[in-house]
Amino acid sequence: MAFRLKKIRTRPKRKVNRSWFGTLLIFIVLGLFGAFMALPLIYTINNAFKPLDEIFLFPPRFLVRNPTINNFVDLFNLMATSWVPFSRYIFNTLFITIVGTVGHIILSAAAAYPLAKHHFPGKNILFTIVVLSLMFSPHVTAVPNYMTMSFLGWVDTYWAVIVPSFAFSLGLYLMKQFMEQIPDTLLEAARIDGASEYRIFWQIVMPIVKPAWLTLVILLFQQLWGTDGGNFIYSEELKTMNYAMGQIIQGGIARAGAAAAVALMLMAVPIVIFLFSQASIIQTMSSSGIKE
Amino acid sequence: MLQSKVLDEDLPMLHDRNREQKRKREQSLFQKVKVNLKQHKHSYVLMAPYFVLFFMFTVLPVIISIVVSFTYFNMLEFPRWVGWHNYARLFLEDDVFLISLKNTVLFAAITGPLSYIACFIFAWLINEFGPKLRAFLTLIFFAPSISGNIFFIWLIIFSGDSYGYANGMLMRLGIVYEPIQWLHDAKYVLAIVMVVQLWLSLGTSFLAFIAGLQNIDLTLYEAGAIDGIRNRYQELWFITLPSMKPQLMFGAVIQITMSFAVADVSMALAGFPSVQYAAHTIVTHLIDYGTIRFEMGYASAIATILFLIMMLSNLVVQRLLRKVGD
Repeated sequence: MAFRLKKIRTRPKRKVNRSWFGTLLIFIVLGLFGAFMALPLIYTINNAFKPLDEIFLFPPRFLVRNPTINNFVDLFNLMATSWVPFSRYIFNTLFITIVGTVGHIILSAAAAYPLAKHHFPGKNILFTIVVLSLMFSPHVTAVPNYMTMSFLGWVDTYWAVIVPSFAFSLGLYLMKQFMEQIPDTLLEAARIDGASEYRIFWQIVMPIVKPAWLTLVILLFQQLWGTDGGNFIYSEELKTMNYAMGQIIQGGIARAGAAAAVALMLMAVPIVIFLFSQASIIQTMSSSGIKE
Repeated sequence: MLQSKVLDEDLPMLHDRNREQKRKREQSLFQKVKVNLKQHKHSYVLMAPYFVLFFMFTVLPVIISIVVSFTYFNMLEFPRWVGWHNYARLFLEDDVFLISLKNTVLFAAITGPLSYIACFIFAWLINEFGPKLRAFLTLIFFAPSISGNIFFIWLIIFSGDSYGYANGMLMRLGIVYEPIQWLHDAKYVLAIVMVVQLWLSLGTSFLAFIAGLQNIDLTLYEAGAIDGIRNRYQELWFITLPSMKPQLMFGAVIQITMSFAVADVSMALAGFPSVQYAAHTIVTHLIDYGTIRFEMGYASAIATILFLIMMLSNLVVQRLLRKVGD
């Protein structure tokens, strides 16, 4: 597909009419707050590689002196002897995140395409409801959702966590706003060539909105990667990595090294994904605004 | 003779036509829907899976929650209608709810605007740099909000013994002589939860603002300079902010919703329940009644109030934001 959406223009050099003092101030402000933002993360990275004696050093030291991967070895040893092997927690988290994310991207893109490009009665009402649903948090619906899940018999299965995430409203909203930029002439040309709407959606629209997929991946990671199964998952073998981390942390001093290792694993994956998809995400966000 | 015959023959036809029109009129709504469904079949088929789930897990639950909030329901017996009793109990008898309401409003009033302004200011400052540095700074500021539940790191920083970094630093500097029980002292705990929530809050809206700033038409600034804009602040108010109004509105929705929904951070740091309920919020109260005590009617009343607070504050702020740059 040769066609691409308008890329974000790199900013042409604007004349900086700022005093050196202003520049200094900006650097100081960004430096201070940047440190505030980054230090806990740097600490997590360092801690994961600290040998035990450094973790309990007093006064505490921030950076690691003699890095070691013992904590990771400990973690897997510890979890190999436990009732549910640690790899199972990793699998659960991966399964929930991947199925939830892929399902959400496909379903919300399918719903966003008609909302963005077709004209049919009820379109505005549906989209208004979606925008309104951004205005309250999922906590509001937690109680009825629990009842629904127990009615469906989904309590204590992966589906109780995965299926509601398919219909996460922020994803549909961003997808629809992004799709509006696709030129109608392109779709019209495909229609004249005899492509069905489903084919247009799958073969033309989906490849174009790739930046929006990546944005949805990050958003869903925010929701699912850190899930502890909420109130839905009770069986030990279905529990997630985040839940396991909570258990290890509660193990106290003896488990501090292993806890630091899990923390790093949980933290690193979403950040690495963002690292590689940043440009696409910013591109998607440029169409995120609520229009009057 | 002939004419009258023709007329006579015509009459039944006329009757038929009338009847047909009448029938048409009666059927029109049904027919319209049918024609409409046929015509837009593809649209509806594509949307169906998402919207079925969306209605099932978002729209319907709001309605159910409002209805159940007028009942006594414990998941075992059939719900019993109790009218306004749950709401009366919330505001008149439940002191803990009033504390949680106070904490939530305080929380939202402080972290909501602060995080919103922080999202904008950092996006604005970061936007002054070249693409490479900008991408790096974006990563640093955005990372905490996607790093999963890493905020438990703050447990170590604010740990109550002298191993905690905050205590360690203060003791080394000689400001305090014995460790402070940061997370077990009602004086500090809400403030600490606020700090951590702010740390986590440069999320989706921050990215939306960065994108919004990058998309502003630069010729507007030149035009503004000709029209007599003299400094950066005028530029900000008359050009930058109005140009990114849609993103500002979107960001407001996200930040407001987030600032009212504090629960995880409070539960992880301050414990559940927190000391003297100092970090108890509406959502933790809801979790208490909905998932521990299983008083679903009462929990639904809490959820309904949370829903109303969130919707109202969002709609009011949207109103205000429309005025930006006017």
